[in-house]
Amino acid sequence: MGTRKGAFVMTSDGKREKWDVDGPFFGGWQFYHLKGSPVDPNRIYASQSSDWFGQTMQRSSDGGKTWETVGNKFLYDGVPGTHQWYDGTPHPWDFKRVWHLEPSLTDPDTVYAGVEDAAIFKSTDGGHNWQELSGLRQHSSGSKWMPGAGGMCLHTILIDPKNHSRLFVAISSAGAFRSDDGGATWKPITKGLYSKYLPEPTAEVGHCVHRIAFHPSKPETLFMQKHWDVLRSDNAGDLWTKVSGNLPTDFGFVIDVHAHEPETVFIVPIKSDSEHYPLDGRLQVFRSRTGGNEWESLTQGLPQKDCYVNVLREAMDVDSLDTCGVYFGTTGGQVYCSADGGDSWKAIVHDLPPVVSVEVQTL
Amino acid sequence: MDPQVRGPRVVRVELPFHLRKLANVDSEVSVDVAGVVTQRAIIDALEARYPMLRGTIRDYATDRRRPYLRFFACEEDRSFDSPDVALPEAVASGAQPFMIVGALSGG
Repeated sequence: MGTRKGAFVMTSDGKREKWDVDGPFFGGWQFYHLKGSPVDPNRIYASQSSDWFGQTMQRSSDGGKTWETVGNKFLYDGVPGTHQWYDGTPHPWDFKRVWHLEPSLTDPDTVYAGVEDAAIFKSTDGGHNWQELSGLRQHSSGSKWMPGAGGMCLHTILIDPKNHSRLFVAISSAGAFRSDDGGATWKPITKGLYSKYLPEPTAEVGHCVHRIAFHPSKPETLFMQKHWDVLRSDNAGDLWTKVSGNLPTDFGFVIDVHAHEPETVFIVPIKSDSEHYPLDGRLQVFRSRTGGNEWESLTQGLPQKDCYVNVLREAMDVDSLDTCGVYFGTTGGQVYCSADGGDSWKAIVHDLPPVVSVEVQTL
Repeated sequence: MDPQVRGPRVVRVELPFHLRKLANVDSEVSVDVAGVVTQRAIIDALEARYPMLRGTIRDYATDRRRPYLRFFACEEDRSFDSPDVALPEAVASGAQPFMIVGALSGG
């Protein structure tokens, strides 16, 4: 669990009824993201940052019991150049923080980092040294990318489990990109997106993509929560189709896929881009069992009055137990767990600092 | 002999809470500084002894002091001095600490 004021580790058995809460680790620091290696769950990478002290990186080799500081030197490759600033003028690329960590599917010492200002870095020595995969930022559209109000962050990295040379990234507010050569070159994958806040709503870049998810068995099918709109692609992002269907609002941040059902998708709709809290003060998870369009509201155990929290883009995950567990954290410091695929929910904790990220390890 | 150019000198450094925790130290630290005792020389020595502090006081790309930090010495704000200006003898001799101070903040 990454929060605005430290990291927490919560542990339970397969019943997921009783939880032990450890932390805060590094109390007072922001943790945008922590994620364990799929091949060595004891190896966890964590992004630790502070407005005072910048970015530091932590690594655990014992499942989060102890931590060591690793490399935090994120230097853009070559002469960084410029992107577009809010006023339309060129602005130098300026590293601010790591938003997302994506460990390799095969090597615990290899990990990708998505950063603000938007770029992707890679470490092959367990996080000690970082090299930018600069083909992304040096894409011909790079000089036109412009930050949204939350900064220009690369917040999503997906590695195709069937083809490790294929990577997907999403950037607020540049859009989504795919590499088919291990990150050397990239292409925008935004065809089908429509963003009315852009002067050209179908432009190749400029879409504020909030999150992309897939099921590991079906990585060519992507689900996207955009600034507005929920979408899917069945050809690895070459074309997107809106699947908001019967949702009461399709603004939101998180999106995730059931561990065993590739067409079952979870989101937490938020009222609007101007009002970042649940509709009518009722916290609802919406689930589609049909890959979109048909959505059901899941509310059992969730607050149904006076609830005005947000659920940030990194703050949902699923476990891979037989009955898939679904988890999400809120800016109000609650972490909810459903041990029955979303049918019912229970708060694991109520009063953490604002939750930024949730990652689950099924051991 | 100019006291500023004698062999390594032991300089005291006061760190803010979060950097003390990061460096795993409880209180003020001491570092050996060779040559003229300047801000740059102190921070170089500090980062050499405590590598986990690299990048937290100075930005990696610009080498500049992070904006929410200040450098105090002998009851003066030295934050806007050149990093290569000699600090007062009281700091160089260890009589006074070189203070790295975080900006105050609520929340």
